[in-house]
Amino acid sequence: MTTSTATAVHTGLAAARATGLNKVYGEGETRVVALDNVSVTFPQGEFTAIMGPSGSGKSTLMHCMAGLDTVSSGSTTIGDTELVGLKDKQLTQLRRDHIGFIFQAFNLLPTLTALENITLPMDIAGRKADQAWLDRVVDTVGLSGRLGHRPSQLSGGQQQRVACARALAGKPDIIFADEPTGNLDSRSGAEILSFLRNSVRELGQTVVMVTHDPVAASYADRVVFLADGRIVDELHAPTADTVLDRMRRFEAKGRTS
Amino acid sequence: MYRTALRNVLAHKGRLLMTALAVMLGTAFVAGTMVFSDTFGKALRDSNSKSYSDIAVQVVDRSAGSRASAREKSEGGSATLTDETVQQLASLPGAAGARGVAGGFTGVADKKGDLIGQVWSAKGANFAPGQDGRDPRYPMVEGQGPKNAKEIALDRRTADKAGYKVGDTVRVAANGPVIEAKLTGVFTTDDPVVNTGGTLTLFDKATAQQTLLEPGRYSSIVLTAKPGTSQDALLAQVEPKVTGHQFDVETGTKLQADEQAQITQGTDSMRTMLLVFAFISLFVGIFIIANTFTMLVAQRTRELALLRAIGASRKQVTRSVLIEALVIGVVSATAGLLAGIGIGAGMQSLIGSLNENMPNGSLVVKPLTVVATLVVGVLVTVLSALLPAMRAARIAPVAAMSSGDQPASQKSLVVRNTIGSVLAGGGLALIGYGASTGNDSGRLPVGAGAFLALIGVFVLLPLLSRPVVALVGPLLRALGGTPGKLAQQNAVRNPRRTAATAAALTIGLTLVTGLTVLGTSIGDTIDRAVTKSMKADYIVSTANGMNLSGQVPAQIAKAPGVAASSPMTAAYWKLDGTSKAISGLDAAAFEQLAEIKLTSGSADALGKGQLLVDQDVATKFNVATGSTMTATFPDGSTGPLTVGGVYEKGGMLGPVLLANSEIAKHDPKPYVADVLVRGKNGATPELKQALKDATGANPVIEVKSKQDVRDDFSQVITFALNLMYGLLGMAVLIAVLGVINTLAMSVFERKREIGMLRAIGLDRSGIKRMVRLESVVISLFGAGIGLLLGCFIAWAINGTLKSSLAGLTTVLPYGQLAVFLGLAGLVGLVAAIWPARRAAKLDILESIKTD
Repeated sequence: MTTSTATAVHTGLAAARATGLNKVYGEGETRVVALDNVSVTFPQGEFTAIMGPSGSGKSTLMHCMAGLDTVSSGSTTIGDTELVGLKDKQLTQLRRDHIGFIFQAFNLLPTLTALENITLPMDIAGRKADQAWLDRVVDTVGLSGRLGHRPSQLSGGQQQRVACARALAGKPDIIFADEPTGNLDSRSGAEILSFLRNSVRELGQTVVMVTHDPVAASYADRVVFLADGRIVDELHAPTADTVLDRMRRFEAKGRTS
Repeated sequence: MYRTALRNVLAHKGRLLMTALAVMLGTAFVAGTMVFSDTFGKALRDSNSKSYSDIAVQVVDRSAGSRASAREKSEGGSATLTDETVQQLASLPGAAGARGVAGGFTGVADKKGDLIGQVWSAKGANFAPGQDGRDPRYPMVEGQGPKNAKEIALDRRTADKAGYKVGDTVRVAANGPVIEAKLTGVFTTDDPVVNTGGTLTLFDKATAQQTLLEPGRYSSIVLTAKPGTSQDALLAQVEPKVTGHQFDVETGTKLQADEQAQITQGTDSMRTMLLVFAFISLFVGIFIIANTFTMLVAQRTRELALLRAIGASRKQVTRSVLIEALVIGVVSATAGLLAGIGIGAGMQSLIGSLNENMPNGSLVVKPLTVVATLVVGVLVTVLSALLPAMRAARIAPVAAMSSGDQPASQKSLVVRNTIGSVLAGGGLALIGYGASTGNDSGRLPVGAGAFLALIGVFVLLPLLSRPVVALVGPLLRALGGTPGKLAQQNAVRNPRRTAATAAALTIGLTLVTGLTVLGTSIGDTIDRAVTKSMKADYIVSTANGMNLSGQVPAQIAKAPGVAASSPMTAAYWKLDGTSKAISGLDAAAFEQLAEIKLTSGSADALGKGQLLVDQDVATKFNVATGSTMTATFPDGSTGPLTVGGVYEKGGMLGPVLLANSEIAKHDPKPYVADVLVRGKNGATPELKQALKDATGANPVIEVKSKQDVRDDFSQVITFALNLMYGLLGMAVLIAVLGVINTLAMSVFERKREIGMLRAIGLDRSGIKRMVRLESVVISLFGAGIGLLLGCFIAWAINGTLKSSLAGLTTVLPYGQLAVFLGLAGLVGLVAAIWPARRAAKLDILESIKTD
């Protein structure tokens, strides 16, 4: 299975795609352009990092493409589904069935056990979890012994691993991760990042991660740089150093211009 | 610090709204009660202030007239008030004049034939003209006073109400057949009967005496004093002239003072009853206020810790929370006071519109009302916030630095549970003990036990919440899917909060259930008693329970379709030295009309002039069939009576039975309470009509079937219950506010979770369902516990009532209890409308944002 999905990676099918995406807040004097004609493709089976300084629009891009936020103009798709124009109910269903989410603040339900949290999206949908897949996911995140624990009994890293497993459990078309390591110490952060990379390489998942941390970005297959709502650069097979290097350049440019 | 507190109040307006409303409603109830009872009392007193102004001394014969009770009649001596007495009193040195009053019940029918006004305030009296043909007490504003048996006069308001004009024919009735008379005059008067909204009919002297009393007899004599003779001096002269314990001799001043005192007592007891319910509402409010502040303090942990970190002392933190409570208390209590004055005014005009004869007066807002309302409102608010405020002071300054996630208060409940178990256990044991005594000596333990148990259960509610809510878990999942499951878990997430919210409903439901079960049990027992002891098809009696006129039994006996009938007389004789109520029935008809279960002896004994007694009497007097008891008769003589049988107690017949013929031997005009009738073809509408016709189509005489009697009883109970429900409605309303409050706070606190749930695919309706089901679970939990507690307490109270109401068993009205539970669930749904909508409307991105 690993190899078959791995080959699918290189067929270049898009898990999500944005075309000419614009997002504008406010009117007149207070008008702020958050996304300025952004076009980007996230291919299946790839781990993409979106980087950029604060206010660059990276979170907005992710929210728009994940169906959490509306766009001002342009088009954005998940698989073959156009998100623009969908009603709230359809968007909700799309998120439930096709998208996985990982947030900075783990966002687990404190009343549910780790396992219940993991299967929550499927429970909401009223679907039965694919047991073999679930076992594999749980095994990969290394939570086997702690499935009955509640979030308050888990460490931050463990909680985020539960969140990762939740995102993966439904075999979504794409997983969006918003600063997943933002609240973690570096060791737990590294664990989560390797886990995300493994889920792409070994489980054939598609992950898009928003981050401002060059080290985190270095785990990705590709880094997309955003500044002032525009895609300004792209980097394949990044390392922490190359990412940092690029970032410095943009910042310097931003200051002089 | 003060500014911080004030700013906090303003910043959390929305979150404090429900608390403020709860305090406002509670205080409005208090203020409304006080304003209304003061206003009503003053209006009554004002209108009665002139009632006895023209009376110096009044002599009343308590044994006269149909209104006198059987006991008063039987125990009264042979002396009566006659013209001779009037003359005698008029000639006293201090008396300026004396007038004999022949008064008694007189109903006036309106043009449709229905009784005008209330049966208990419909009176008749004699017109006593002087030489000039006028009666100063009843000045005619139209026409003239009645002169013969075919003429009457009516008070202005009654005449106006029915639209009678002088010259019209009016139907009036005492306890006998209807009299049709010509209205010759309309008068105004300060007579207390009219002042309190009753109707007054005037007859000429002979007719009044004939119809209301007996020829030549007066029910009272009123004297006026000569100038210079004080009322007390005249009283001293009158007293030696009228001897006999059936006479009450009082001065006008005393009578008026008594009347005023009675009005005050009446309005006071009404006020006390209403205040009890007002305080129940406030008590419910306490839970909400305490809950709100607990939640606010928890939400503001970081903020308060910051205050501590930058140097605020513990005291200052406590004070800042208390000042917030104070501000809310003052604002809400003021609003409550205003609302209460409005309620008082509304009640006044409502009563005015329901009964136009009720006196009206200006609104009375006493300083006490203002002070009491404000003090109560502020005290309740501040005291309820005391515990949360003290808890706020315990927040460590370091909490300011910790993450934004609030630690759920998972402090151990061990101490709480221990205390709760001891209280609840002790309370239940006391209740059980009290119930087992089987008489009124159990009342104190039951009362104290109920109080302890209630407190204990409140303390235990957090512990109970988990298992009880878990019980409905499967149902929730089946109904609500994942949102249902989440709702269940949210409901038990913070047991203290859930408990405090549910407790408000528990109080209401305990009381509602308790009263309902009591009412139903008593109603059922009476119902069975009626059915059990009565074989009669119809019972003829007067609407106000007075004596039936002597002709009625004979009229009924002659009515077509009557198989058997007997007057049921009531006599109060001393048996072996103790006064006892004796019921009399005709021995010949007894078997056909009544049913008793004899444990010994035979019902035939009645025909032999022997007594039948119930088991209680047999035990108490230590008699059995064949024993002899010494009876003291109304004329003072004594004689032996043999016990001819002992029967099981219960039913409508009373503790001692004797044949009417035997009673008549010693009491020639006994009190006739009812006439029992057995029809040839059972209870038929024809027979009912025949009985009505036979008694002269008198609007005051009622012909009731067994079912009617049962309906009457159940109506009384239903009315009492509805009144209680209405009064407890406020407490339930406040409890609903509490549920809304808790839900809104929870939604606010769980914003992030709700955002996450929306992000990972729970749609808006799912979120709504989750909040709604949580609300329903909390409501049902509170209501369910209240229901159980209410049933238990009612069972215990029934236990203590057993001695007073034979055969009392606890009856659980399952249908009604199910309705209560259903309503509680509905309350939960309604309370969730606003919070659920808020939760569903939350912006996903806004909610999951990490701050």
